[in-house]
Amino acid sequence: MSEALSSPKAPARWQDFFQLLKPRVMSLVVFTALTGLVCAGRPINPVLGAVAILCIAVGAGASASLNMWYDADIDAKMRRTRGRPVPSGKVQGADAVALGVVLSLFSVMLMGMALNWLAAGLLAFTIFFYAVVYTMWLKRSTAQNIVIGGLAGALPPVIGWAAVTGTVPPNAWLLCAIIFMWTPPHFWALSLYTSEDYEKAGVPMMPVVKGPASTRRQILIYSVLLIPFCVAPAFTGLGGLAYLIVSGLGGAVFLLLAWRLFRSQAGDAADPRNTDGLYDVRAGARDARNLFAFSILYLTLLFATLLVEHLMGLTPLEWMS
Amino acid sequence: MNQPVREDDTFARARRGRNIAIAVGLVLFVALVYVVTVIKMGANVLDRAL
Repeated sequence: MSEALSSPKAPARWQDFFQLLKPRVMSLVVFTALTGLVCAGRPINPVLGAVAILCIAVGAGASASLNMWYDADIDAKMRRTRGRPVPSGKVQGADAVALGVVLSLFSVMLMGMALNWLAAGLLAFTIFFYAVVYTMWLKRSTAQNIVIGGLAGALPPVIGWAAVTGTVPPNAWLLCAIIFMWTPPHFWALSLYTSEDYEKAGVPMMPVVKGPASTRRQILIYSVLLIPFCVAPAFTGLGGLAYLIVSGLGGAVFLLLAWRLFRSQAGDAADPRNTDGLYDVRAGARDARNLFAFSILYLTLLFATLLVEHLMGLTPLEWMS
Repeated sequence: MNQPVREDDTFARARRGRNIAIAVGLVLFVALVYVVTVIKMGANVLDRAL
């Protein structure tokens, strides 16, 4: 698929291979996995904890490398992604596959040997789901691609939790559900002002297939469904008072921005100003940009609050007792 | 007679950088497996009958 695009124009440096791992995405994965690991609430040897996070990070990088190999043809057509190592010719497609496969095997095996095989199995499933189910199948075939594919991005806290306890209780799946439900409004807000690129590349993102009005309506619906999941940890013994306040107030702002986006014209016209930056958009798309930016902040705040509460030993609210 | 192709310095430097990165990665992996093994075995070693 990517071979025609991958004749090297310049020698590949190790930094180019590092870029294949999508380090920015990797840092988000590390953050959510760490939250799951800490929220599990059981002591773990710090070295083994670090190994678990490293395995999850490397596994995420491996699936990103496989994604960049397979998607080189569509990455080359989009402004945001045309500079990636494979479409730009810095790294050959075969090398990206090799890196992805080797790192997948190393990360899963090390996770199994150092922590437990449940965590290793979940990590292997996540890599497979992102690289095969999402990248090779869903992304090019359905407008629900990021809805279903979002599961891959939602699993790291579950893996972190499983690494510590060897189990995946409902609270671990609640963290997964928050990210899973957060993904559609987050990505569709972005795609409302980058849909031209997706259309050019033939990727059936929601605004391309169903149009901007339908996308804005679905963003609002998913936002309404998302907030109860975000607040729920305060009622399940996972979050404390600070979490309740952050998730409640942040959720209200999220809903307000989703409502404004629903009432706006965002995505109705192409945005010629959107050349490189994700935040530099014209007035019509500002509501989409605002929700996109706030969604990142909201998710970060939710997980950071949980992390701080558990690290400081703050007592979760005991509603059920 | 075929002349051997001379790689320019850029290619040689890039390859050297990649080789060093792989070496560092492998050494770190070996060290990691060693440390993990010591940690996993540690408690059992102390617990054995003497």
